[in-house]
Amino acid sequence: MASLFDHAIRLGDDALILGQRLSEWAGHAPMLEIDLALSNIGLDLIGQATHFLKLAGEEEGKGRDADALAFRRDVLDFRNCLLVEQPNGDFAQTIARQFLFSNWQELLMTEIAAAPAPALSAIGAKAVKEVAYHARYASEWVVRLGDGTEESRARMVAGLDSMWRFVDELFDPADGAASLRPAWDARIADTLHAASLDVPKPRRAVTGGRRGHHSEHLGHLLTEMQFLQRAYPGVTW
Amino acid sequence: MYTTELKDKSQKQAATPLSAEDPERLAAFEARVAADDFIEPKDWMPDAYRKTLVRQISQHAHSEIVGMLPEGNWITRAPSLRRKAVLLAKVQDEGGHGLYLYAAAETLGTSRDEMVEALHSGRAKYSTIFNYPTLTWADIGAIGWLVDGAAIMNQVPLQRTSYGPYARAMVRICKEESFHQRQGYEIMTTLAKGSAEQKRMAQDALDRWWWPSLMMFGPPDDNSPNSAQSMRWRIKRESNDEIRQRFVDATVPQAEAIGLSIPDADLKWNEARDAYDFGAIDWEEFYAVVRGEGPVAKERMAARVSAREDGRWVREAALAHAEKRAVRLAAE
Repeated sequence: MASLFDHAIRLGDDALILGQRLSEWAGHAPMLEIDLALSNIGLDLIGQATHFLKLAGEEEGKGRDADALAFRRDVLDFRNCLLVEQPNGDFAQTIARQFLFSNWQELLMTEIAAAPAPALSAIGAKAVKEVAYHARYASEWVVRLGDGTEESRARMVAGLDSMWRFVDELFDPADGAASLRPAWDARIADTLHAASLDVPKPRRAVTGGRRGHHSEHLGHLLTEMQFLQRAYPGVTW
Repeated sequence: MYTTELKDKSQKQAATPLSAEDPERLAAFEARVAADDFIEPKDWMPDAYRKTLVRQISQHAHSEIVGMLPEGNWITRAPSLRRKAVLLAKVQDEGGHGLYLYAAAETLGTSRDEMVEALHSGRAKYSTIFNYPTLTWADIGAIGWLVDGAAIMNQVPLQRTSYGPYARAMVRICKEESFHQRQGYEIMTTLAKGSAEQKRMAQDALDRWWWPSLMMFGPPDDNSPNSAQSMRWRIKRESNDEIRQRFVDATVPQAEAIGLSIPDADLKWNEARDAYDFGAIDWEEFYAVVRGEGPVAKERMAARVSAREDGRWVREAALAHAEKRAVRLAAE
């Protein structure tokens, strides 16, 4: 059974790394309205990360606050799933990642909000409203891109295809999240049906994020994110 | 963020001269403006007023959008979770300002697409300040403190500008700008009180951003030919030099309070004027940047153009989906 620390670290790292990825879009999105929406989602996730990592630090009791956990751990100590660290790619890839993740996160946060651990459930209760919007936003874009033009459909299919190998990790029985799979499968199938897209075929899962064994992308993301804290240690910002 | 109205000869399509406007309508319009009435989209207005406003509001909108880039450059490297969230929210606010301003300009009959096209082809201008690079984290502090500080000075009077939709957009924008300015000054204060390396960053950022910030108010009054008409129409409410002086007077004590020095050997308090005297601005540099020769002008435009080009298929898909959906709904 995962400890409260393990749990909070995983939730915090998922939110932090995806928030970081989404913030890379700021000023570069396909439309101003999309720029604002991706920033909104990124902001929600960075807020969630701050709460979960703060809780993890308190639970650990070694004096590490949320910033110490975010900016002074290396790859092996990050516990996010591999899905969230995947590069933005084109907009379809970003949407595929968000669609798979937010639908999962909404189910998870709903469960956490109702869970007995009060510290965790308070964060989950706030997050669940935010995440429901993220899932709706991403699902709407899956439908638009799937139904839109030949090009958008091909890109959406490619985006889902590149992210699908990271799905099984979300439901690792060791994390206690396996029970969410049927509800998640049903939601994903509904949206893909509305987009007239097929559910990608099962494939060999790539996993390891929850044990600190990440893709090559995470190291580069951390290099950028942690630069100031690493270059000028011990000062206040 | 703000751009003062920049002269823009290539973009200028000759407006109907005032002498060719209906004299009775023109007199009624001028009387309303002089009485501080707001002019609304459906009201009659002289063609030159409409064109001046489209130019000024769209330049302002473009400045907000291009202004997302220098700060966006540091979101992924912000040094704490709080700083990251605040900066991301600030850049998002600027996108939102761009959106309201494009909407305000659209009420004058020019589409957002046309305005963006004018920007990307180099016909429309944006504030010169965004053509300078953000080299260190302290630049994020300096931009908030100086650039947003200058923007507030410029924009507060615009809340009473004569065109209603522009004035109302400015009311919303001004509320957010004062938060931007405070967060910038707070970053500078933290750095100025920090380690020797942090202080060096802060002073260096002030050294680089000070003069370009003073240029943001636009050319000196004796070389600002559009100003007189704009003041008369209450599109503009105070002169470039008046606002620039107010900015210097407010900012110098803020720099002193955190132990940073303004990079101007001629800066001194003038008891008689009850204001600071300051050194000569390098107008040659300003006009070069207006012409598109700023240090990172090419990078800024390339980033905007590639966002638009790379996103074309997304906009086409959204349109195609909306059309198919409408057809399906009609068939039901």
